[in-house]
Amino acid sequence: MPTTTFRRPDWRAPSVLPGFGLTFGFTLAWLTLIVLIPLATIFLRSAGMGWHEFVAVGFSHRALAAYRLSFGTAAAAGLVNALFGLLVAWVLVRYSFPGKRVVSALVDLPFALPTAVAGIALTAIYAPTGWIGQYLEPLGIKVAFTPIGITIALVFIGLPFVVRSVEPVLADLGHDVEEAAATLGANRVQTFSQVIFPAIAPALVTGFALAFARGVGEYGSVIFISGNMPGKTEIAPLLIVTQLEQYAYAGATAIATVMMLVSFVILFGLNTWQAVRRRRLGA
Amino acid sequence: MIRVQNITKRFGEFPALHGIDLEVKPGEFIALLGPSGSGKTTLLRIIAGLEFQDSGEVFFHDEDVSSVGVGERQVGFVFQHYALFRHMTVAENVAFGLTVRKAKNRPAKSVIKARAEELLRLVQLDGLGSRYPGQLSGGQRQRVALARALAIEPRLLLLDEPFGALDAKVRKDLRRWLKDLHRQMGLTSIFVTHDQEEALELADRVVVMDHGVIEQIGTPEQVYMEPATPFVARFVGETNQLPASDGKDMLHVRPHDLEIVAADGDAVLVDNVFRKGGCWRVEGTLTGGGKVVEIDLDASRPAPSPGETVLIRPRRSKIFAQTGA
Repeated sequence: MPTTTFRRPDWRAPSVLPGFGLTFGFTLAWLTLIVLIPLATIFLRSAGMGWHEFVAVGFSHRALAAYRLSFGTAAAAGLVNALFGLLVAWVLVRYSFPGKRVVSALVDLPFALPTAVAGIALTAIYAPTGWIGQYLEPLGIKVAFTPIGITIALVFIGLPFVVRSVEPVLADLGHDVEEAAATLGANRVQTFSQVIFPAIAPALVTGFALAFARGVGEYGSVIFISGNMPGKTEIAPLLIVTQLEQYAYAGATAIATVMMLVSFVILFGLNTWQAVRRRRLGA
Repeated sequence: MIRVQNITKRFGEFPALHGIDLEVKPGEFIALLGPSGSGKTTLLRIIAGLEFQDSGEVFFHDEDVSSVGVGERQVGFVFQHYALFRHMTVAENVAFGLTVRKAKNRPAKSVIKARAEELLRLVQLDGLGSRYPGQLSGGQRQRVALARALAIEPRLLLLDEPFGALDAKVRKDLRRWLKDLHRQMGLTSIFVTHDQEEALELADRVVVMDHGVIEQIGTPEQVYMEPATPFVARFVGETNQLPASDGKDMLHVRPHDLEIVAADGDAVLVDNVFRKGGCWRVEGTLTGGGKVVEIDLDASRPAPSPGETVLIRPRRSKIFAQTGA
């Protein structure tokens, strides 16, 4: 009877749970079906147009302004969220207070709310006649229909990513490292900046990356508050929709391709940084 | 000298410590021994300044440090789970206490580096300074934690179950090594443990605690041979409880203090016999009482077999009068 011997590839660690072939195959098939095929059609569509046309549409002044706005506001919102999301996560992990569960549920609400609802609500508040807008207007601060408004919308939808990424890591971080720092004479600022922050930084970067990625692709909440002035307050996803409405499918996919590549490079970079850091720490 | 005076501490409704008095002489190695919930760790943390007492005072020499914060007490503290900073190298961990000093007290970078290297040599980890804690074994990590605690030149070294997370062999090696280190440095040290063997082996004096009070303070010899209370007799070393001849009190007898006699002893039905180090360990039940008895017999003589009934008599025992219940 012929026998087959299986040789495990070198990069695979031995495991008591069988089924690498099956699970890996399933993973690939699933990713292909859900992510790769739809993304590939974007490339194919944009490949249909010539290089010159691709550059002309994908890197037009209007498109470049839209990229700048989309990536810029998403990064700004991601940073704001990194700061305040960390604060919210800190409060949720460190303290117990009445209504804590309500606060925790509130954090997730931006996930559930239709983004258009958020957009309309934020516009109503920040418009020059709105609740907050009317007080900002005399100070010369315009929020609605400016990049600031877009950033606020993106902060709103991105908050849960940072909070939920940081929370478990913060909860896991033993109290004893802080106490160790204290016995060694570190003050509170030093304990936070040199002991706690470096420990949660990877989670914070993950949260930032998720919020940023979400912000780059966000459409629904932004279009109400942005004003959509081409070259000024027109985000890239809106430009794509505009192209589609004019039946310029190739143009739409060209812009989508550029966005996708930039996003991928940024996210891949952040992931690689984390992987390298983890390996270095021997964890 | 460390002096703790009438310390009381409650956690909510739960009294953790009541009326603790303790004096530690310079250079002494003290064990706080007790079961979990005895308050030993709370006492250690109060001495460190990580926790504050509800009433009572803590003195370092003649200075009242009762309300001094942990950062100013200058104590080295070693945690059960090492509490190393994972994102820092071993050398950075050791140097931490020096690098966080205010600029006017901070040694030069080269001095800090040299000091960290010197400490790593002391804990026999020279050459591993550029590793990360994640790349070290448990025993090595605990030694890094010790070097880190020593870097601040502490007035007092406190260790909270320092060997608790290590496996038996490493634990034993580290124990012996720590004892040598203490002998070398003569630094006043207090460690917490629930392992009586560890306490007896390492400490100059053992403080046995239960339910927030000190049951006995004494040398390992005193605590083992002259237990002050039934709790100490039970908790430190193995002990059998046999009814005394008056029928009221309890005799506490160590397994090796029981002998088999031909006549005039308590009858024990042998259940099980096995080899334990240099003795036969005989497990049996007292006929009539049903109480479990453990006896250590000289292994050079034949052991009784299971099913046999033997007569036993204590060579040496301790009587505690029954108090109330």
